[in-house]
Amino acid sequence: MPVDIARMTKVFGRPESLTQARSTYCPGCHHGIITRIIGQTIDELGIAERTIGIAPVGCSVFAYLWYRCDALQAAHGRASAVATGLKRARPDLVVFSYQGDGDFASIGTAESIHAANRGENITVIFVNNQIYGMTGGEMAPTTLVGQHTATTPDGRDPATTGYPIRFSELIAQLDAPVYVTRQALYDTRRIMDCTKAVKKAFQNQVEGRGYSLVEILATCPTNWHMSPIQSNQHVADTVTKVFPLGDLVNRGA
Amino acid sequence: MRERYLLRGNEAIAESAIRAGCQCYFAYPITPQGELVEHMAHNMPRLGRTFIQAESEVAAINMVYGAAAAGVRTMTSSSSPGISLKQEGISYLAGANLPAVIVNVVRGGPGLGNIAPSQCDYFQAVKGGGHGDYHMIVLGPSTVPEAGELTMLAFDLADRYRTPVMILADGLLGQMMEPVELPAPIDMASLPAKEWAATGARGREPNIILSFDLSPDNLKKMNLALQAKYAEIRKNEVRYEEAETEDADIVIVAYGSTARIAKTVVRMARAEGIRLGLFRPITLWPYPYEPLRALADRVDTVLTVEMSAGQMWEDVRLAVAERANTPFYGEMGGIVPTPKEILTEVRKHAR
Amino acid sequence: MPRGVVVVDGERCKGCGLCIAACPQKVLASSGTLNNSGYDVVHMKNPDACVGCAFCALTCPDIALSVYREKTSA
Repeated sequence: MPVDIARMTKVFGRPESLTQARSTYCPGCHHGIITRIIGQTIDELGIAERTIGIAPVGCSVFAYLWYRCDALQAAHGRASAVATGLKRARPDLVVFSYQGDGDFASIGTAESIHAANRGENITVIFVNNQIYGMTGGEMAPTTLVGQHTATTPDGRDPATTGYPIRFSELIAQLDAPVYVTRQALYDTRRIMDCTKAVKKAFQNQVEGRGYSLVEILATCPTNWHMSPIQSNQHVADTVTKVFPLGDLVNRGA
Repeated sequence: MRERYLLRGNEAIAESAIRAGCQCYFAYPITPQGELVEHMAHNMPRLGRTFIQAESEVAAINMVYGAAAAGVRTMTSSSSPGISLKQEGISYLAGANLPAVIVNVVRGGPGLGNIAPSQCDYFQAVKGGGHGDYHMIVLGPSTVPEAGELTMLAFDLADRYRTPVMILADGLLGQMMEPVELPAPIDMASLPAKEWAATGARGREPNIILSFDLSPDNLKKMNLALQAKYAEIRKNEVRYEEAETEDADIVIVAYGSTARIAKTVVRMARAEGIRLGLFRPITLWPYPYEPLRALADRVDTVLTVEMSAGQMWEDVRLAVAERANTPFYGEMGGIVPTPKEILTEVRKHAR
Repeated sequence: MPRGVVVVDGERCKGCGLCIAACPQKVLASSGTLNNSGYDVVHMKNPDACVGCAFCALTCPDIALSVYREKTSA
């Protein structure tokens, strides 16, 4: 007997605040999950008409295509500074920057740290997949020791390239941020936890609390040379050992 | 009603920006434009406006990018080495069609150079500076009052053409004090709404502000639109001043502080019977090629005087071509040429 | 009558298999049918087992899945 979905309750669908544009990400890439979580958060908070997204440089350079809200494309690493200017000009708007590990934790180090240190009332989504996806799989500041990338062909050697930077821990040292957390997406429980964290980070801004950072451990199956399933397992077993999950700062409610 | 003050060039620029409705100002301190930052730090918060001492010039110009995208009038200022750091952001502003005002109080270069007056950033300002096929409007004030007036104009031009506009001053102008009449603050409500700004997609399609398109065909279209805008600016916005050129055999071409010194040279030369005039570009981009060319047809010699190794000289020669002699006299390293030195150079070319 | 239904947007699906692994009821599988982008689209191989938990849709990076659940009688 054919199923009549018209008589059923829709329990999961595309968030209203996302456009119909198809994602440009590779199969199994977590960027798409994060996009959906942000869209769902914007829906739940009812803020689409006053939200401005700031897209970085990297695989998520097209982020402005996915959201049904105003958006800016920022120079590589500068999204937190751009968010600062925009939010100070229009404090009534909800401003989020979406930044990868190269953008946020390498080329944008100064802008990232100082926006956090000023306690800008913005929401930063920091996607840490330990690699430079768009340029072809080069080393990121967060690349694990021993990890093979296009620019560490023999594996990352701390003697010449240092260690993976725990950037959220650096930010957590500052007095101003109200919420700094590290989340993952390797199973449904983590996805639900991450969804709560993203919502909290936006809620903080809406309530005028100040700077919130959600670091999300994501996969890059293409450049990790793993299947999407293997990639999830790798995050669960290995990446979380270097980048432990959980809240680093949670001030106030 | 206009109010009269005794101000440094840096202060006149800052106060005029406030009166032009600058809502957000971002900068990193650098000499010789420190008074500009300090004036803004003191006054902007008292007016309920935004002042941020940014972590770097790179951050400051990107804060400008964000504020400009939100549709408010915004400005940053710096001096030569800091302006080099802002080039990335200026290119993005131009590419994304965002209005902003950037002040460069030029000091000696290259590298760390020194903090003395110079005009050695002319190429950087008028030929691009950052990456890509873009221009910004470049205004070269010659006196403290004019620095104020051109700052007010800069905000209007930036909004009208949705483009970054640079005030190209120098350390002499920044530090010098003069009586200035400041206009009343503009009525912000009189400014046209910026329909393109990122202010929240309420009852309209989202506004997307970017300088990016992977499709070569589309990026070519973006570039053609920019070039069409530049053609419009070249047609409408060329500004210059001529002094004592009617009967001149020789003219000096100079801008900024050097033009002010050259005015004294014109008086001194005339006193000894040399028919000397002055041609002073006010817009350094768009450059007043046509009027200078017309003037070159009537004189023997067009002497370029600059505090550089001869940067504007290239534009002078483009304008004059073979119509007149085009000698050059310049100073570098932060040395300001004296009227007497310039007059000595003028005498060499007098009939 | 199943308690849940997963509707797949075949042109969005990239066949990554994350939903297949996430489904606690082993409802989903590759269909063997390629979409216009050349991806092997997921389908409900075992529809009767679906409880409409939406774990599949939670993990889908391409928002290719909609999930419906039987209305609970009031």
